[in-house]
Amino acid sequence: MTAQLVASTLRVSTPLIFAALGGMFCERSGVINIALEGMMLMGAFGAAVGTLVSHSPWLGSVCGMGAGVALAAIYGLFVIRLRANQIVAGMAINMLAMGLTPFICKILYDVTGSTPSIPIAERFQSAPLYLSWGLVVICFLWMRYTPTGLWVSFAGEHPEALAAAGIRVNRVRWVAVLVSGALAGMGGASLSIFLSSSFSRDMTAGRGFMALAALIFGKWKPLPTALACLLFGFADAVQIRLQGVALWGDQPIPVQFIQILPYLVTILVLAGFVGRSRAPKALGTAFQEG
Amino acid sequence: MRKVLQPILAVALGLALGLGVTRIAGESPWHVLQILWRSAFGSNYDFGMTLFYSTPLILTGLAVAVPFQAGLFNIGAEGQLTLGALAAAAVGALWPVMPWPLAPVLATLAAILAGTVWGAIPGWLRARRGSHEVINTIMLNFIAAGLASYVTLYLLKNPDSQNPETRPIGAGYLIHQFGVFGGAPVSLALPLAVMAAVLVWILLWRTVLGYEMRAVGQSEPAARAAGINPGRIRIIAMSVAGGLAGLVGVGEVLGNAGKFRLGFSPEYGFIGIAVALLGRNQPVGVVASALLFGALHKGAADLDLETEHVTRELSLILQALIILSVSAEGLWSWMKKRREA
Repeated sequence: MTAQLVASTLRVSTPLIFAALGGMFCERSGVINIALEGMMLMGAFGAAVGTLVSHSPWLGSVCGMGAGVALAAIYGLFVIRLRANQIVAGMAINMLAMGLTPFICKILYDVTGSTPSIPIAERFQSAPLYLSWGLVVICFLWMRYTPTGLWVSFAGEHPEALAAAGIRVNRVRWVAVLVSGALAGMGGASLSIFLSSSFSRDMTAGRGFMALAALIFGKWKPLPTALACLLFGFADAVQIRLQGVALWGDQPIPVQFIQILPYLVTILVLAGFVGRSRAPKALGTAFQEG
Repeated sequence: MRKVLQPILAVALGLALGLGVTRIAGESPWHVLQILWRSAFGSNYDFGMTLFYSTPLILTGLAVAVPFQAGLFNIGAEGQLTLGALAAAAVGALWPVMPWPLAPVLATLAAILAGTVWGAIPGWLRARRGSHEVINTIMLNFIAAGLASYVTLYLLKNPDSQNPETRPIGAGYLIHQFGVFGGAPVSLALPLAVMAAVLVWILLWRTVLGYEMRAVGQSEPAARAAGINPGRIRIIAMSVAGGLAGLVGVGEVLGNAGKFRLGFSPEYGFIGIAVALLGRNQPVGVVASALLFGALHKGAADLDLETEHVTRELSLILQALIILSVSAEGLWSWMKKRREA
């Protein structure tokens, strides 16, 4: 029972970790990423199609990451190049993904609901799980010990200082946005070709926003963010397990209260009731290069 | 002039890009446009459905526009309208024998109250705890969805139905539907929404409170120097927004379904952001763009049947592209520069 719960916690946390780390690069560089949800959805779709075509989950996840990057490129074009409001553009990108996935699915497979299912031999068994934790370590080391990691932080905290040091702020932000698209796409891929057997419509079901919540709960730092993903994943695993279980009499347990917990703690943390979480200083402000 | 021209250009650009996409599906964009038009305006019933979808969009558009004037971003209209509709349905289900004129008034007040409370929370958090309303309203949307699901499935479940919905409300609660629309559920909620737009206009441009809101939105330090308490204004702006979004429940519960149905809203709250943005956060603009987005939503509904490969989700793509075009500040300033050069 316990071992099973641990295993399912680790599994359902995987997409969250990828997406939250993607969100971290983007937001630490000063670009808000409300569009994680849409990038995950595109990634999930791209990965399912890629796997169905290539019969390899590895090539499939590359396709998923590519789909995430493509959407991130549109996002970057609007928020960095055209200085669109990052929240408005982010919501629009989510809408675009919600519209494009069934649209393309219909063209490719003549159904809007979901892609054909992927045989179990062609799906991931556990690779994304290990990959995600490897990535946590890499991100931690990268952000802390490399010059490029420092650039990302400066682009989000003091873009003027970075520009004064001769680094192109918007170039750093472009890379960060594209990396976030790739990672969110991988998060989506781990939904469609690792946790389930096909892409289905709107299958991310708010996980992009939950990843965003984990990022805030984790104070925009790799290790705490990953732990927050684990905590939210645990809540999810418990909730799945308790669904339909009777508590007393024949009353089923209202799992809704477990479902809302991640969102509730995020509000409390952000408000400083439980610890304190501070956003990068220049988060959400466009940088105009002189 | 530019104020009107820019949104129109943005719509044209978004539509052109979006219809261009239908080429990929092997469908003629012109043909798709004709279907959209016919399905949105082709008959009294079609036009009625367009108005039915536009009604909540007017309200959610206003719910985004009012805080925007005060410098706040309300992403939470979805949660606010969910709880507003739930409250209206709860009143109607718990006291079903209430007589006619009193019943809809009570349910409407309940809807406004629930929305107001849900809007006030992020307003208070921003004013007193300094946490950003964008994240808080997103989180509150999910919490509202969870609460609504709990109340619907555990407390007020309709025993006669397999669908996730509450017990029906009493007959005295139902409001008048206009007959000319061939059965489309256009109810008193539509004039109510237009009236709300008028009231918002009066609030923003003809009252001291509205002046204070716009002052805070334009420059917090200046407003503070003028003796305005920005925290108080933020809480009020978000509460008003919540109340407006809560009103969506009137059209849905009292004017259409007669109960609360989980997931009744096709993201009215999010489309409201687009409506407000395209309408330049002005009540008149909001009503006009609500009509446009309502027409897109209704127009796309027939695409599944009438075309080979284009699906109704095209409306989401079109909406997204219109929002992106209208939000691209850099594009418009570049065009302005070119015209001046």
